[in-house]
This record gives sequence, structure tokens and C-alpha cells, in this order.
Amino acid sequence: MYVAVKGGAAAIRAAHELLADVRRGDRDVPQVDLAQIDQQLGGAVDRVMAEASLYDRELAAVAIRQARGDLFEAVFLLRAYRTTLPRLGDSEPLNTGAMQVDRRISATFKDLPGGQVLGATFDYTHRLLDFELDAPDLSATTPVCTAPPPPRVGDLLGADGLIEPNPDDGSTPADITRDPPTYPASRAARLQALSRGDEGFLLALGYSTQRGYGWSHPFAGEIRRGFVDVEFVPEELGFAITIGKVEVTEVDMVNHFSGTEDTPPCFTRGYGLAFGHGERKAMSMALVDRALRAAELGEDVAGPAQDQEFVLSHCDNVEASGFVQHLKLPHYVDFQAELDVLRRLRAERIEEEALKEAAE
Amino acid sequence: MENEPQKAWMRALALAPRARLEEARDAIADAPGFTRLRPTETGLVMVRARVGGSGGPFNFAEMTVTRASIRLDDGTIGQAWIAGRDTKHAELAAWFDALLQDKARRPALLASVIAPLERERHAQDAARAARVAATRVDFETVVRGA
Repeated sequence: MYVAVKGGAAAIRAAHELLADVRRGDRDVPQVDLAQIDQQLGGAVDRVMAEASLYDRELAAVAIRQARGDLFEAVFLLRAYRTTLPRLGDSEPLNTGAMQVDRRISATFKDLPGGQVLGATFDYTHRLLDFELDAPDLSATTPVCTAPPPPRVGDLLGADGLIEPNPDDGSTPADITRDPPTYPASRAARLQALSRGDEGFLLALGYSTQRGYGWSHPFAGEIRRGFVDVEFVPEELGFAITIGKVEVTEVDMVNHFSGTEDTPPCFTRGYGLAFGHGERKAMSMALVDRALRAAELGEDVAGPAQDQEFVLSHCDNVEASGFVQHLKLPHYVDFQAELDVLRRLRAERIEEEALKEAAE
Repeated sequence: MENEPQKAWMRALALAPRARLEEARDAIADAPGFTRLRPTETGLVMVRARVGGSGGPFNFAEMTVTRASIRLDDGTIGQAWIAGRDTKHAELAAWFDALLQDKARRPALLASVIAPLERERHAQDAARAARVAATRVDFETVVRGA
């Protein structure tokens, strides 16, 4: 516990001025502008939007610049900004099946309807530092008709009953930004928490399931990325209109099968969805989503990734960062109390030893 | 189905760059004035997605959105809900929405404003699709031990 302290206002003000100065760096170097961050550091923008749980590329760029590229801090800034805006309603669920895909791959089928398109990817690059970084001119590429959205790999398997259907019980989904957490959490609440969860944390947990802490034998059934319409029903209109598009990466992970006396064995699924080029995040999320279904699927809950309370209450990096970093705040009274106890214990021990010596 | 035309033009107005709507407005000779029915407001919409892409809904994340309701001098009301925080974009879109309610103006506006916006978007989509199409891949399975 920390207690209020007084004073220090001048030092704090000076520290913030110094931060602003350090943030700006060498004045001979031009200040980075928001469009540059949006266009050339898109991965940072995507990650900040995902973990802040707020899609607004310009705001994310503002936050990244203000945080001098510290993405956790940028997420925090965006989360704080979010609280200043009213919630105007809920969108219609995204129809990712209607996505014009900029990338679509499957690790389960070599040949699949709609084909595989790599899109812009770091996969198969050699990870050699490139000091030139030339951009090719692709403007002369002959435009082609946009292909119809490819069918989902999950639906192809589902047609033969080889994979479980995606559940829909018709209920209104929980909203973890408004409803207090309860355990066991619904799948909807879990997916919302994972969507905004820290990529590094989910990546490590996903990796842990592959290494045996919650084995579920995953295959990347389908990964697709592209823009999808966001539809919303304004009260004054009474019908759904498109208000804009968001770019998302979606992962449908196919996992080892389960069956019961009532249902024949079929593959099970884990789902991941992230803003932008969030492939690592979406894959990790899909692994953890599947791991968190252990109890529901009658599997032993043995690994950390299968423990709902452990995963859901620690995946938010704003909460985690806040609690870890609050240790920097003045704990003088707490610490004085501990110091007093420690001194007393040591004094008592010295006294006891002295008595013992005297007795001998 | 009766709302389909309006849905289509509202989508075109939402996805268009604001600068294009300003150009289109400036090209209208007898542009009517408007007043705001309520203050143009920026807020959040909770974007929902579906479990597995096709199951029940879950709350995915929020996005910024700006809504505008305007009334033309002749009393016609226009609405707009546009992703982002650009109040001018939202008000322009609402203004065009109102103009498009006028059956006398509509055919000309659809032809001179909405259709070009849709053509431009399709051209951009086609250009992007072409660049993506070049990355279409055929993996060949190598038989082990053959």
C-alpha cells in the first residue's frame, strides 16, 4: 500500500519537461509526422489498436508518437482516451466470410477452393538487415476483378461433419468493459479478453500449449486478412448501414478431435481475431482460446494456458503494467513498518543469544 | 429491400475520402443550406464479431464513430454515421443523404456523385487485388523417400 505524499510539484513538472525534450530528441532531425507512423510503422499502429481495443489509426499514431514508441505506454494512452468518449451502440457482428482477402493461407489443405494467397508477409524472408530498403513500384500491375470471397476452410470440413460447428446460443454476449468478471467465463467474455490481451503474454501461453502444457495438436486451418465492413443500425433509421471498414486478421485453428457417447469424433476449434496485420496475435489467441476450452471438452486442466482465471486476469497489459509499476510509488510508511519489525526481530535474537551465552 | 438504395449511397458516402465529398458539394450549383438537428458527436461503437467467424456474437473491440443529423432549409433530414472522428465528413455525408432523399435530385446525384465514388473504390480494390493475386501460391508436396 502506498500513501499520499506532498511536495515535489516543481520536480515533477521539470521531469515532464525533460521527458518532452528527450522525446523530441535532436532538433536537427525532423519530427516524425502522424501519416508517417500510420503508413510506415503500420505494425505498431495495429498492435496499439488491438491492445487498446480501439480502432482508430490516427489516434494510435498520436499515442505512439507521444509515448516515444513505447507501445505499452501508447496502449495506456489510448485506453485512457477511450474513457472520454460515449458508447453510442453495438455494431452488427462482422461478416469475415465476406472479406476481400489480402492474404489467405491454410496449413491443412494444399489445394483448396479459392486458393492460397500469401499477400504481404514476413514469412519466407531471410531476416537479413536491409540498409537500402527499396520500395518496388507496383503501380503498373494490371488491375484484376476482385475475386469473390473464398469459402471458409472450417465450412469445408463442417459440410462432412468433420469439425464441430461454431456455437450460437442466441444470447447477448458479455461485455468485460462493463460486466464484472465471473468464472467460469463465457466463451464470448474469454474471446473479448483475449482480443485485447497482450500479444507477448498470449504468444508465450500459446507456445506453452505446444510444448506440452495443455496439448491440443493444432493446425492453422485458415488464416485470412483483409478489410471488412462494419455495419451498425442507427435508431433513427432502423436498418443496418456501413459506417466504415476495419482491417482484421482471422485465424481458425483446427485441433485434435473429441467425441462423446452422443457425438461422433470431430475436430475442435480455436478462434483468433486481431486488428490489422495481427497474425502472431491472432494465432496465439486461437491457441489460448482452444486451451481455455479444456474443461468444456472434458480435458484435464493442467497447464497455465488452460486456467481461465490465470489467463484472463493477467492478459491485460494495462492492468499488469499498472500493478507492477505502482511499486515505484512511495511506499514509505509500509516500508517503515516492515523495517521496524525487522529491527525488532533482530534485536530480540541478539538478546536471546546473549542470554544463552550467559547461561552457558 | 426498400432501404437498399439508401444503404448503398450511405455506404459510398461513408467509405469516400472527405475531400471527394467536398469536391462534389462544390460542384452543386444550387447547394441548399442546413442546420444541425443535434450537435455532431464523436463516440464509440462496440464492434462485434462471431465466435469462429460464424457462431454467436462476442464483443471484439471498439472503434471511433461520428454521427451527424442535419436538416436542409426545405426541412429534409439527413443522417450519417461515419467511422473516425471527422465531423466535417459526417456532416457532409448527412447533407448528401438529405439531398438524395429528394426524388427530383436523386437520379442526377446518383450519377454525378455516388456512381463515381463507387467506381473509384472498385478501381482501388481491383488494383489491390492485382497486387495480391501476384502472391497466389501453389505448394507442391514433395513425397518423402521418393
